[in-house]
Amino acid sequence: MYDVEAIYEAKTVAEAIKLRQEHPKAVIIAGGSDVLIKIREGKLAGCELISIYGVDEIRGVKLEDDGTLRIGSLTSFSHITKNELIQKYINVLGEAVDKVGGPQIRAIGTIGGNTCNGVTSADSASTLMAWDAIIELTGPEGVRRVPIEKFYLGAGKVDIHEGEIQTGVLIPKTSYENCKGHYIKYGMRNAMEIATTGCSVNVRLSPDKKIVERLRIGYGVAAPVPIRAHKTEEKFNSAPVSMQTAEGISKAVLEDVNPRDSWRASKDMRLHLCSEMAKRAFIEAVRLCGGEI
Amino acid sequence: MAQYKLVTCTINGKKRSAMVDVRASLTDMLRNDYGLTSVKKGCEVGECGACAVIIDGESFNSCIYLAIWADGKNITTLEGLTHEDGTLSDIQQAFVDETAIQCGFCSPGFMIEAESFLQNGKIYTDDELRKLLSGHLCRCTGYENILRAVKKVMHSRAKTE
Repeated sequence: MYDVEAIYEAKTVAEAIKLRQEHPKAVIIAGGSDVLIKIREGKLAGCELISIYGVDEIRGVKLEDDGTLRIGSLTSFSHITKNELIQKYINVLGEAVDKVGGPQIRAIGTIGGNTCNGVTSADSASTLMAWDAIIELTGPEGVRRVPIEKFYLGAGKVDIHEGEIQTGVLIPKTSYENCKGHYIKYGMRNAMEIATTGCSVNVRLSPDKKIVERLRIGYGVAAPVPIRAHKTEEKFNSAPVSMQTAEGISKAVLEDVNPRDSWRASKDMRLHLCSEMAKRAFIEAVRLCGGEI
Repeated sequence: MAQYKLVTCTINGKKRSAMVDVRASLTDMLRNDYGLTSVKKGCEVGECGACAVIIDGESFNSCIYLAIWADGKNITTLEGLTHEDGTLSDIQQAFVDETAIQCGFCSPGFMIEAESFLQNGKIYTDDELRKLLSGHLCRCTGYENILRAVKKVMHSRAKTE
């Protein structure tokens, strides 16, 4: 038995919003692989829950008329990895979420929960950051769309207003078109592990594959929240596809990241990882785009 | 105040209903309401895999799955793999033959997991198998015999198809 005061179940987004208004203190539970653990640990013991797990309308991946890729917030990691649209348009997201926990965790964990949990180590977060994902929130006043960089307010804090639930993660066409990316997770073991640091890099190359038209780098556990390496990106947009550029990126990212010492790894270790992972992920992203280094 | 919900689902091929305390995990429901004790209570935080069951074709840790979510679902536990006359399924027999069991606590989870990904008759590499089994902890066998048993079933099923 879980130590919970009450559970309110929503079957539709409208019901979920109503329950959020009626029970403002209740905790939203999607797949539960974070929330139920916190209840077991005692951190959330005695709480009220609003279960949105049964809200099937926000489950699944589809392409909208304007080309936007819509990932319903309740889509599980395993379903994201298996999805053909994900494989075609944002391959790296399927690969990144395939590194979460183990198979059973990936069957229950949802992309919405992974982002709303607000932790920097979330395996989906650096990739969603690096692809300029838009977080869709639905509440009593309607739909609100927030760029994911603005969605993260601080460690464990995200921009969800009272009465709202997250209903989708959107990848605009301008973001995924002609773009390929690669994610590297560094952990102490290969499964059931939280990232020591994670880095997701994607590039769009010029038609002749000689110039990096657009470079985007996202990090997890390089700061209190997932971040983008904006300074590095600006510096190397329009740079030639070369080993020199890869080395340059590797050095430049140190100006963007701000990791800390923790029991998992020291700050120095993480700085080294940030630098090396950016380089390796960049080289792989270029290769996936058909470029040669 | 206790809160209950009628949960109707298919368990090991049979339609079942029970009034369930909403605070119950699926492990609680399967063990306490249906006596399905192959579903083990291990870590109860989704790390060890001893409580794994198949829900609509995918393996889940039933300890971090609310019983109320099981409404309308199709659930298979290890009891459901055993043939009706009590003889063992190919996976169970392979675990016996390959000595993939010592204390036996993790075995139901491993066998359920294997069943979930061997249903489609696909052949996996050793690395893929290790990844597919990575959500289960075994403190006795060192995993080699488990891997061997799973591979044996994988190859024998592929042959018969």
